[in-house]
Parts: sequence; C-alpha cells; structure tokens
Amino acid sequence: MSKTADKVIDTDVAIIGGGLMGTAAALELRRQQRSVVVLEQGWCGAQASGVNYGGVRRQGRAVCQLPLSQRAHAIWRRLEQTIGSDGEYIASGHLKLARSDADMQELIAYRDMAAAYGLELELLEADALRRRYPWIGDRAYGASLCAEDGHANPRLIAAAFARAAEQAGARLLQQSAVRECSFDGNYFVLINSRGERVRSRFLLNCSGAWGKEIAERFGETVSEQAIYPNMCVTEPLPPLMNLSLGVVGGAFYARQVERGNVVLGGGRGIGNLALDATRPRASSSFKALAALTEMVPALRHALVIRTWSGVEGETPDHQPVIGPSATTPGLLHAFGFSGAGFQLAPAVGEVLAELVTKGESSTPIEAFSIKRFAVPQPSKEESKV
Amino acid sequence: MNASPASPQVVIIGAGPAGVRAAQTLVDAGLRPIVIDENRRAGGQIYRQPPPGFVRSKKELYGFEAAKAEALHSSFEQLRAKIDYRPDTLVWNCAPGQLDLLHAQRHAEQTYTHLILCTGALDRVMPFPGWTLPGVYTLGAAQVALKAQGCVLDGRVVVAGSGPLLYLLAYQYAKAGADVVAVLDTARFGDKLRALPALLRQPVTFAKGLYFIGWLRAKGIPLIDGVEQIAADGKQSIQSLRWTRGGKTTEIACDALATGFGLRSETQLAELAGCRFVFNELNQQWLPQRDDAGRSSVPGVYLAGDGSGIAGADAAELSGRAAALALLQDLGLPSSKAESRQLAQTLRSNLQFRQGLETAFPTAVHWARDCADDLVICRCEEITAGELRRSVQQEGTVEINRLKALTRVGMGRCQGRVCGAAAAEILAHATGVSVADAGRLRVQAPVKPIPVSAALAAEEQI
Repeated sequence: MSKTADKVIDTDVAIIGGGLMGTAAALELRRQQRSVVVLEQGWCGAQASGVNYGGVRRQGRAVCQLPLSQRAHAIWRRLEQTIGSDGEYIASGHLKLARSDADMQELIAYRDMAAAYGLELELLEADALRRRYPWIGDRAYGASLCAEDGHANPRLIAAAFARAAEQAGARLLQQSAVRECSFDGNYFVLINSRGERVRSRFLLNCSGAWGKEIAERFGETVSEQAIYPNMCVTEPLPPLMNLSLGVVGGAFYARQVERGNVVLGGGRGIGNLALDATRPRASSSFKALAALTEMVPALRHALVIRTWSGVEGETPDHQPVIGPSATTPGLLHAFGFSGAGFQLAPAVGEVLAELVTKGESSTPIEAFSIKRFAVPQPSKEESKV
Repeated sequence: MNASPASPQVVIIGAGPAGVRAAQTLVDAGLRPIVIDENRRAGGQIYRQPPPGFVRSKKELYGFEAAKAEALHSSFEQLRAKIDYRPDTLVWNCAPGQLDLLHAQRHAEQTYTHLILCTGALDRVMPFPGWTLPGVYTLGAAQVALKAQGCVLDGRVVVAGSGPLLYLLAYQYAKAGADVVAVLDTARFGDKLRALPALLRQPVTFAKGLYFIGWLRAKGIPLIDGVEQIAADGKQSIQSLRWTRGGKTTEIACDALATGFGLRSETQLAELAGCRFVFNELNQQWLPQRDDAGRSSVPGVYLAGDGSGIAGADAAELSGRAAALALLQDLGLPSSKAESRQLAQTLRSNLQFRQGLETAFPTAVHWARDCADDLVICRCEEITAGELRRSVQQEGTVEINRLKALTRVGMGRCQGRVCGAAAAEILAHATGVSVADAGRLRVQAPVKPIPVSAALAAEEQI
C-alpha cells in the first residue's frame, strides 16, 4: 500500500500519448509554467507521428481546419527556435495535380474558397506546369501550387518535440501504457503498466488511434476507426522533385527528401491496435507507385527499398476531435486526425494549452467538438487531400 | 490460413543443402512442393554452381566437399520433374498464406499452406577503417566470384577476419591461382587451443581446417593470428592493409581484401512470416524460435539450415530433412518418428562443435568500444559510429529501432542486413546494455530492393 502511495506523481496536467499532439501540448504547457507528465505506451513519436508521410500542407484542408492550419503554419516557419531542430522542414511548395478538367475545376473552386482564409494558391495550366516543372509528365492536366506549404521528416520532428518538451521540464514516462484512468470529481488518477500513479487536475487525451478507447473510459460517445496508411520509399536518387506532390483524389502523395529518397504514400496497409502490428500491402504500394509514375515518369526506373505502415485514427467526417470532454470537466481531447494531423500539431499543442490555462481557444475549434458524435447524423464535410 | 490436409500447398524457399533435402523428403512422401530459389541453379552458397557451360570440375570448385556437392546436385536433378522449381526468383515479402515474388523483373504472387524457410546466411560484416573502399569484399562475395564465375579478385589479395571460412577461402583462392599475400586471423592461437575439445567432436571437419592451414603454410603464404585493428588504405581503391599485433603495427601492400567475421542467418522472411524471435547467445543474433524438428512459432512455417542459426552445410541437409519430416507429421502423413528423434539428436551434438568454432573464432567484442567516431557503420546511409553514439548521449536512445529512426542507420538499400549487427553492438556498448537488450531491428518488405517497374507491370495486369 505504502509502496504504491510512494509512487504517486502529482502534476497539473497528465497527457496520454507521447506523439506530436501530446508533446506539442506538453511543450506549450511548460512555457505556461504548468507541470506536465506524458504517458507513452511505447517510445515518444514512434507511432503515427513518427512514421507518417511528413506533409506540412494547408492546401486541400477543409474550411473548418484552415484557421488552425494557418496558426500551425506560423509556428512551422519558426520551428527551429521552437524545438531546437529544423527536422528537415522545408517550405518547398505543395503542388496538387489535376488529371482532368473536372479535377481542375475542383482546384479552382478550392482556390477561391481558401483565399478568404488568407491561403494563396496559384493555378497552373498544363503548359505552364511543365515549363516550370519539366519532370512532370504529359498526363498532368494542371495543378494548384501552394508555394509556402512543404514537408518535413516526421521521424525527427516527433522526436524533437518530445525532447524539447522534456528539456522544458515535462516528465516523459515511456514504455508506460495506461492501465487504469478515472476521475474522482477533483482529480484524474492514472495507473500505468509500471504501477506508477499519476494524479492531475487536467487530462489530455492525445492518444491517436487509441483516442476512442480512452474517451470511452469517461463515457464519451465517439466514432473513430483505425486506419493504416501505406507508405513506400525509394533508394536515394539525384534531385528531381523540388516540392511535395499530391493529386486530386489522393491516389498518391510524394516528396523527395534531402537525402534523395522519394517517400510516397497512398492506399492502406493492414494491422491492428497492438504496438508494431501494422504492415504495408503490396497492392496498395503498387497502386500508389503507378499513380506517381504516371505523373513523374522518371521514377519508373527507381528501386523501392522499404515499405511500411502505421496506425492512425479516422473519424467518419475526417475531422479530428479537439476540445473539452462532453462528460468530464478537465478532460481535453486531441485525437482522430484522420491522416492529416502532422501539420496541425504545433497549433493543436497551443490550443490545448489555452484550454488548460484560459478555458478557451483563440482559434475556432467548434467543428472538432466530441459532442458532434452524440447526435445521430453528424454533418459531413469534405476534407481529404 | 486455410491449411487443408487434402491439398497442402508446400513452398520451400531456398535450394541449398537444407531446401534440397527438404524437397526430396516431401517428394519421397508423394508431395509436389514448390521450390523457390534466388539463385539460377540449385546448391545454395556452399554448393553454388557456375552458369551452364562453365568447365571447372566439381573437385576444383568444391575441393573436399566435391562428393557432397555432387550428391546434392544430382539429388536435385532427379527431383526436377517432381517439384515446381522457380529459380532466379526473389521472395521479397511474406504474409500469412502469401508470398510476393520477383522474377525477371516482374512481380508475382504465390499462396502457401506450408512454408519451409531455408534462407541461408550472409557474411557477418564488421566495419573497420577503409572497409567501404573499392577492392574490399566479403569472404562470401570473394567465394561467389570463384564458384559462380570462375574468377578471383585481381592482384595481391589479403584474406582477413575470423571464422572457418577464412582459411577455406584462402586455400581455394591460392589453389585457383590467386595471389594470396597474407591471411590475417583476428582470433588468437590460444582461442583455438581452448576450443580444441569441442572441435574434436567433428574430427574430419577439424582435420580439414588443419589441412588448409598446413597447405597455405607449405606454399609460403604468411598466416598471422591475433591480428587487431585492421585498416585498409587507398585513394580510389585499396592499396594496403594495416594491422597491429602485440602493439606493433604492420602494413602490407595489396590490391584486394576479402574479409569476414563469421556468418549471420538471413531471417527477414521468418520475421515477415510472423515467427517469434529469441536472442541467441551463440550466434549473437535474434533468431526465429524453432523446436528440435524446425517448427517455428507459426503453425505451418518451418525453419531449416543456416537461416535460423549457423550450423553449416552438413547440418543444413539434416535439418532440411527434419523440417520436412515434421511437416509430414503435422499433415498426418506417414513419417518416421524414430528418424526425427535421431536427426534432432545429431543436430544437437553438432551444436557443440559449433560452440567450439565460436570459441576458436570469437567475434572481436572490443571493436565497438574502440572504433573511432568517424568510422562509417552504415554504408548505404553513410552513418558514422559517432552519430550513433551522439544519439545515445544527446537523445537518450536506448533501442535499436529508435536509433534507426533518429539516425537512419539501417534505413538504406541493405535495410540493416549488413550494418544492423554493428549498429546494435555500438548501441549496446554506448548504453551499457547487452546486444539482446538493445532490441531487434524490425524488418519491412521488400527483403531486397524491388524495381518500381515491377510494381507497374503488376498494376497493368490487374
């Protein structure tokens, strides 16, 4: 009894999940002088935060995400001051390709809509597109360029946020799965796999694909399913693609990293919610490679050296769950980013810190409320790449 | 997996000693296994056959082992009509019940109900200064050149490293007319003396080793043991090799270096198949768990030969047969339990000899501590020992997959097959834990790089 009691760790804020959302929040909360304990079942940043594509992209996001995404963009631009590492972040530009006139009309409509949120997009007809990017093949009909979007290395970014949070004084408990969690009316009490107890005023559920499971322990209703994005990488190649590439419909997304490898994603792998239980699927890799090489023919001759997947949480409307619990005061959620959370993470961290310290977010997050799952028919919004 | 005993689809991967004997056992029982092999001709690495039309005799190619090579090759020839043989085919991925293949630059798929993995081994590579210079080869690669192409490394060749292959290769090279200028053994004479009792369990094998050494001496080729801190120097390619012995540094001019420090099991497919792994102290490697007969932790997946622990070609033939017998038993087909027991016993006793070899040719455990920060460990990604150590010191890295994520070690074309062991040793040393506690580098498909064009061809078929 006394042994367990000895191990109670008191903190202002406990965070479940040491991915980007959790560690970005931890870092910001430390700046606001709050004590923070992060509980991570594996290694910080080793799940979806660390193995995703690494797109730092605003273009293509749903309207409701643009304010948050713009806020994140500002933080990305000064990333090195924030986390002490550039994480290979480069504002290379993001080019979204059209393969038909219908695709192009979609890009035009998006450009007109996004302008209201301060997102400037440049439309390129086929000729202009190929003049500027001669490596793009004849099948491209046109494209929309977001010059200040870009990409970064998620392996490094996720680890750097965790390290920055730790250096700022957050306590990271890794290899520390949450076995029990409850709210006694005043405090949250968590017990981890090592038998340690963490007691806090606030609890942040930043558990990615496991977010639903944590939310349900507090009686929340939420729709989230696990998805397994399928990824490939080629051998290092001479510089070819100088920006991050996507396509209307999302058949593939690709970027060439500093080292020369082309990282690409598209389709789904398979897996389950156990750690390291995801695997890529050859058919998904092949489809993504076919879609990519249709647009970038030179890559036909490359070698694929690795494929992988990871586990991510997806909601029916593809919008994340961000904000206060519908059942439990002091419980805040940030999960279910549906494959598009990487760019948002720094802003989500700030928003969560605001919710803890001020009780409200200075960026609109109503669209992401968990309450939307309580009504029978959640409104459907377009969002995907 | 829908393993129907009525129509088992048995796939054997690898047509070396283990795979051929496994196939033969299944054919004898009336099955028609699929045998998939990355090589163009059966025989594996040790009994590798040259392309058709090459004229070196088996005696010239395999020396003492000519009779065994001949026996295995002719067994396989007799099997050809009774198996579905797929040479020159890479199995690049393995999922439950399904294999992804690459043949003639095309992707193909193959289902299975039962799988016997006879994936063999590759050289254990230990980085040393200059190891990435052109002209530096593994012992295995040097041997492949000789067996498959009938050619040797050009010019003055130094053979250096550890393990029984060291003297065998030097002998084969010198006999084939290569200019072997020195054999440098990182093990000491004392190590071999201590290993004597265990080595004498297989007097014939032991005697062969002594013969190679005696033969090389008689030819006047310098044999130097207890060699430390080897380093290759050269501008465009290797021009000389340095080493220390008893505190004294010596240098020899050379044009090529064949080097190796024993063998490592090729375990990627077992991992992709979902087999449970355990750290094996003798092999200093994570190996798929197997019972005496070669059953893995996954029902229907069997392991034989050097791919699940280094035991040599003779043991591989026996374990191939043992695995096939186990498979037949599991299918409810007639199979001699007494023979299975006998095979298991022989294989266990073989392990004692193997233990002796490890004593005679110990891995140089201090190199991870001693190697300089600027030494490249991962040549694909050009990651140095210093970068790995810095990750430990500055980022608190304690686990090999995190080390990979943070430094890119093992992320290149070889996917850690070459550098993984060295990286784990540096990590273990830098964190003060055992190599086992440093964790196991996770494998992802493809096992070896596959061309994008193969993926495109596969897409067009659909």
